Amino acid sequence: MYFTGIDIGSTSAKVVALNENNDILYKNVMPTGWSSTDTAEKIRKDLSIGGIDGGNSKFIATGYGRISVPYADKTITEITCHGKGAAFLYDVDTCTVIDIGGQDTKIISIAKGQVVDFIMNDKCSAGTGRFLEIMASTLGMDLAELCNMAKTGSGISISSMCTVFAESEVVSLIGSGHSKKDIAYGIIESITNKVISLCGKHAATNNKFYLTGGLCESDYIIESLSEKLGSKVISSPLGRYAGAVGAALSAKSLK
Amino acid sequence: MSNIDLPSKFEEFADARRQGFLKVKEIKDKGGKIAGVFCTFTPSEILDAAGLFSVGLCGMSEETIIDAEADLPKNLCPLIKSSYGFALTDKCPYTYFSDIIIGETTCDGKKKMYELLGEIKDTYIMQLPQGVDREYAHKMWESELYRLIKTLEEKFQVKITEEKLRKAAALRNKQRNLYNELFELGKLDPPPIKGFDIYKVIEGSGFSFDVEGNCMRLRELIDNTKKAYEAGNRPVAAGAKRILVTGCPIGGVLDKVVNTIESNGGAVVCFENCGGVKPVRHLVDENAESIISAIADRYLKIGCSVMSPNIRRMEMLPELLKEFKIDGVIETVLQACHPYSVETRTIKKLVNDAGLPYMSIETDYSKSDLGQIKTRISAFLEMEPVR
Repeated sequence: MYFTGIDIGSTSAKVVALNENNDILYKNVMPTGWSSTDTAEKIRKDLSIGGIDGGNSKFIATGYGRISVPYADKTITEITCHGKGAAFLYDVDTCTVIDIGGQDTKIISIAKGQVVDFIMNDKCSAGTGRFLEIMASTLGMDLAELCNMAKTGSGISISSMCTVFAESEVVSLIGSGHSKKDIAYGIIESITNKVISLCGKHAATNNKFYLTGGLCESDYIIESLSEKLGSKVISSPLGRYAGAVGAALSAKSLK
Repeated sequence: MSNIDLPSKFEEFADARRQGFLKVKEIKDKGGKIAGVFCTFTPSEILDAAGLFSVGLCGMSEETIIDAEADLPKNLCPLIKSSYGFALTDKCPYTYFSDIIIGETTCDGKKKMYELLGEIKDTYIMQLPQGVDREYAHKMWESELYRLIKTLEEKFQVKITEEKLRKAAALRNKQRNLYNELFELGKLDPPPIKGFDIYKVIEGSGFSFDVEGNCMRLRELIDNTKKAYEAGNRPVAAGAKRILVTGCPIGGVLDKVVNTIESNGGAVVCFENCGGVKPVRHLVDENAESIISAIADRYLKIGCSVMSPNIRRMEMLPELLKEFKIDGVIETVLQACHPYSVETRTIKKLVNDAGLPYMSIETDYSKSDLGQIKTRISAFLEMEPVR
């Protein structure tokens, strides 16, 4: 018997299948693209090639595209799934999860493995992965290059919180001859500051912070967050699958 | 001069709106006078005693916001913008036909909007004291009541007598008791009526113009709901999480917030806001020596976040959490409402200290955040109580 979690985020879709012993037997990530329904169908086909289907698996869908998965047995919000998934992946009982997602950034308090409190960014894209992606493309690079370049930069701060205004701010910084590495530094500062301010609004359960979401492998972001929080932020390459893992774990309790 | 002609755009309006205009016009044609009000602080007893029909003018739709933004800043509370927009565009029959509009110095956004509204409509602003713990607060508010009485007597050529005030106080108290009884249905587990439906009743009765008739309808509704419940009718599933909704006025986001809670495993069993229990749990002492002093007293007990400190809210909320056996609290903050927004920190602490989860949602009248609100509310309802 398999337990499959499907996390269709605004940027990428993540799939994880667990067995009875909670071993990860299958995992996959792909861009969500413009249609969650098409993505869900592609996931179904991929899973069935891997031998996982409705006959031997329960499915739980999460993420903003969760309603577009017709074969899901149940949908659960990404907040619950990220909390559960992070507690499992990082093997912790009580902690604070920072999830920088495509369109939402969430700070989630976990106690005894359960979500007990959470806060999300306002309805704009400030402080989200989308913000970073747009800034990176304005500078003509990808996300990994942006993070890498930021390491050696300094001195610039982006004051606009709104993605649209921040983009014009970046354009004018480019125009006035600032180096790409300094602008990249300013962009990362802007996002980590926004995340820290969310953490501050949120009474953290304790000082253990775990990062999930698509930026889980970005050393520089982890370093910047750790420095500002005054506590080491722990991450892992599996962090991006936290939502899917949480969904798969929840599938185990389906009747 | 009182306006009894229909607005020039009348024919362009949808049918429901045209009916609304015709209904109010009928009252006006018979010589009735309309007082438009915005807040639970407006002393209804005085308007009743002056023979005015009072009606709430709080804008609850996005429709007129764009018009309002010609005069008002974009980053302002949607309720204030919507209300002003309706006055600008002649789209609300109640605003349009109001002979006088009564406002109070509550939040900054409202009181400054009233100044602009005064350019379009006859608007009278009462100065509301905001430090209710000061000994002069009562004196000040009482003298504001006298000032309002004098204004209305002069404008409408009426005499507001003590007898009329006492009669109005008795009738308003009766209505408050009925509202309370309706809200207290939410104490049953599971509740016999959805929170959404309770709120719709409250909203509808705000436009009834007939307090006595409204009391009769409330009585009937409460009795019928109880009977149906005893007969086994269960509109809310047993085990639904019992949610208290608090914060800003919720009329304009009812569907987005309350309906979303109730279609995702929650039941709104108590509203601690100005359309809910907040303004109806205190009565006017009908037998007090000075009825005007008693009226003043009652209104200062309303725990609105414009008060500093807002003692009454902090006293009432823990009582409600216990009485209604609340499982979680969701606070709704309308965009740019500073008083409620800043107060969320205190409320969160109060609720968490009572051992309950709390979440605040900032939203406006648009549909742009429907998905995000749904995710937040669903996630909140998915949280398991930690033992």
